[in-house]
Amino acid sequence: MNLLLEVRNLVRHYRLPRERLLSPAPVVTALQGVSFALQAGRSLGVVGESGSGKSTLARLVMALEAPTAGQVLMGGRDLHALSAGDLKRARADFQMVFQDPFGSLDPRQTVERIVTEPLIAQGETGAPARRERAASMLESVGLRPADLAKYPHEFSGGQRQRIAIARALVTGPKLIVADEPVSALDVSVQAQVLNLMQDLQDRLGVTYLFISHDLAVVDLVCDEVLVLYQGRVVEQGSPDVLFNAAAHPYTRALIDAVPRARPGSARALAGVVPLLAAPGGCPFAPRCAFRQADCLQQAPALRALADGHLAACHHAEQVRSHDIPIRETEE
Amino acid sequence: MLRTPRGPAEALRGVSLALERGSTLGLIGESGCGKSITALALMGLLPEGAQVSGSIKLDGRELIGAPEDDWCQLRGNRLAMIFQEPMTALNPLHTIGRQIGESLRLHKGMDARAARAEALRLLERVQLPQAAQRLDAHPHQLSGGQRQRVVIAIALACGPDVLIADEPTTALDVTIQREVLALIGQLVAEDGMALLLISHDLGVMAESVQRMLVMYGGTVVESGPTASVFERLAHPYTRGLFAARPRLGLPRGTRLATIRGRVPELVDMPAGCPFADRCDLAQAACSSAMPEPHAVATDHAARCIRLDAVAAMPTGPGR
Repeated sequence: MNLLLEVRNLVRHYRLPRERLLSPAPVVTALQGVSFALQAGRSLGVVGESGSGKSTLARLVMALEAPTAGQVLMGGRDLHALSAGDLKRARADFQMVFQDPFGSLDPRQTVERIVTEPLIAQGETGAPARRERAASMLESVGLRPADLAKYPHEFSGGQRQRIAIARALVTGPKLIVADEPVSALDVSVQAQVLNLMQDLQDRLGVTYLFISHDLAVVDLVCDEVLVLYQGRVVEQGSPDVLFNAAAHPYTRALIDAVPRARPGSARALAGVVPLLAAPGGCPFAPRCAFRQADCLQQAPALRALADGHLAACHHAEQVRSHDIPIRETEE
Repeated sequence: MLRTPRGPAEALRGVSLALERGSTLGLIGESGCGKSITALALMGLLPEGAQVSGSIKLDGRELIGAPEDDWCQLRGNRLAMIFQEPMTALNPLHTIGRQIGESLRLHKGMDARAARAEALRLLERVQLPQAAQRLDAHPHQLSGGQRQRVVIAIALACGPDVLIADEPTTALDVTIQREVLALIGQLVAEDGMALLLISHDLGVMAESVQRMLVMYGGTVVESGPTASVFERLAHPYTRGLFAARPRLGLPRGTRLATIRGRVPELVDMPAGCPFADRCDLAQAACSSAMPEPHAVATDHAARCIRLDAVAAMPTGPGR
């Protein structure tokens, strides 16, 4: 196995505007010590609610901003320790696909300009060579080379997301960070783009860091999943383990909240009386259906339950053995 | 008929629906299928220059062609709408108490004090925590789920007969979505309103409504009781939509079924079945005239002339 990306103890604080002149500015901790490793050619999914730190993680891995503490190692090199020039060259190895295919493509540029821009930024000279490369990229995402001369408004949402994928792939990156790449698309188009992303991985061997709020999408595309809650990894494991034997109550709550396409399947909400988080206690305790007295006193550390299955819960074993129907599909 | 930069477009073609008091109806379809236009037509909010033919009746009273003053009497009063984006549906400059009170003062003639008391009662009803303190809060001080509760409180203010919810949970996290859908369901059951819920999510439909309409290309291609629609998936489009949806528990790397081609543009909608271009079962007759609704079960119909062929098809993977 070839380690491509390693993230060590990533912390990111954001300073908010101060509310009073003399009081210190409040600080939000978006990430509080996230670590993981990603092998080349595999897919890692990151799930969590809004505010859980998913997008901050993507921005730090893409070196779009610097972490407060911790390291992002790409092929063994710490991205945030590189010189500006080295970082710029290193960017050929990691590219990003954004959520909104309407906002992420410049409406005044042709598809050719959009797709070749990463090559120009990398200093690849020779317009004919660039155009040829862009044309072959368009073909591999299911568009035509003739589309190079068109503008983004001439394409549908799904086609635009294909253009964004072609742009991300044009430098031949090893890692693609995809931040909610299909959540703005209609169901039938979403299926086309997901199939395309899987085909490209099979063909080119790219690695995906796949950020999504949609558990079913992550289940389909990823080899491993991280569940983030308030900037911490609360559970990690293969989708099979995670979605069949979730050991963290938050993962359970997420799975349970997914509407099933089966009439009459609406389930009662777990009646949890919300509390204020106790300082020092488990951050999820206020919402937890499995809450015990010790959860309010001590924050659980992320610990291994089985090979490759980690959870940050004092009572993970009980949570895991608690049977809830998860699968929508019947054998 | 809508005016568009590319000429007149027939956005809706022969859409019929009926809502009874206390009933819940779902409208599902992809972007551009006419879901939101249907909602806007029911609220009398179609863009300027839109031509509407047909009939919209509320308690037997014809609304098409009614003067704007009459619509203003109905909107926010007997017809209420919950919008998709709680961020933009609220005015950032006004307190939420004032925004909830606005329709009470306008339609019910309440004074400021009575409207404020009623606003507090409504906020408690939509289970906003610390409602009394929140009356004077501005929208930016609330989370997305809390804002959506405020939008619901505004919609409920005058005790509407018809509640239209256009993708009310699309901008929210799944855990919050559950709570908001449960809240809407509970309020509808308590007040006996009629609910029209618009969504692109089959799961939301399955859990929330008694009857559903599947829209495609500006027309209703399938309609029936939710359980019956999910059991039969009578129209090829309904079937395609169902198969394309990623579901928990599919093996890693499963190729999802896709619907080839793309949604037809409003300005060049085909004369026949709007789905014919993308349908594997299409025949020459499909493109010549819009199929009539054919009954497939009690109270359940689909606009397709090849229903037998659809029924004989195997369903998608993992069904």
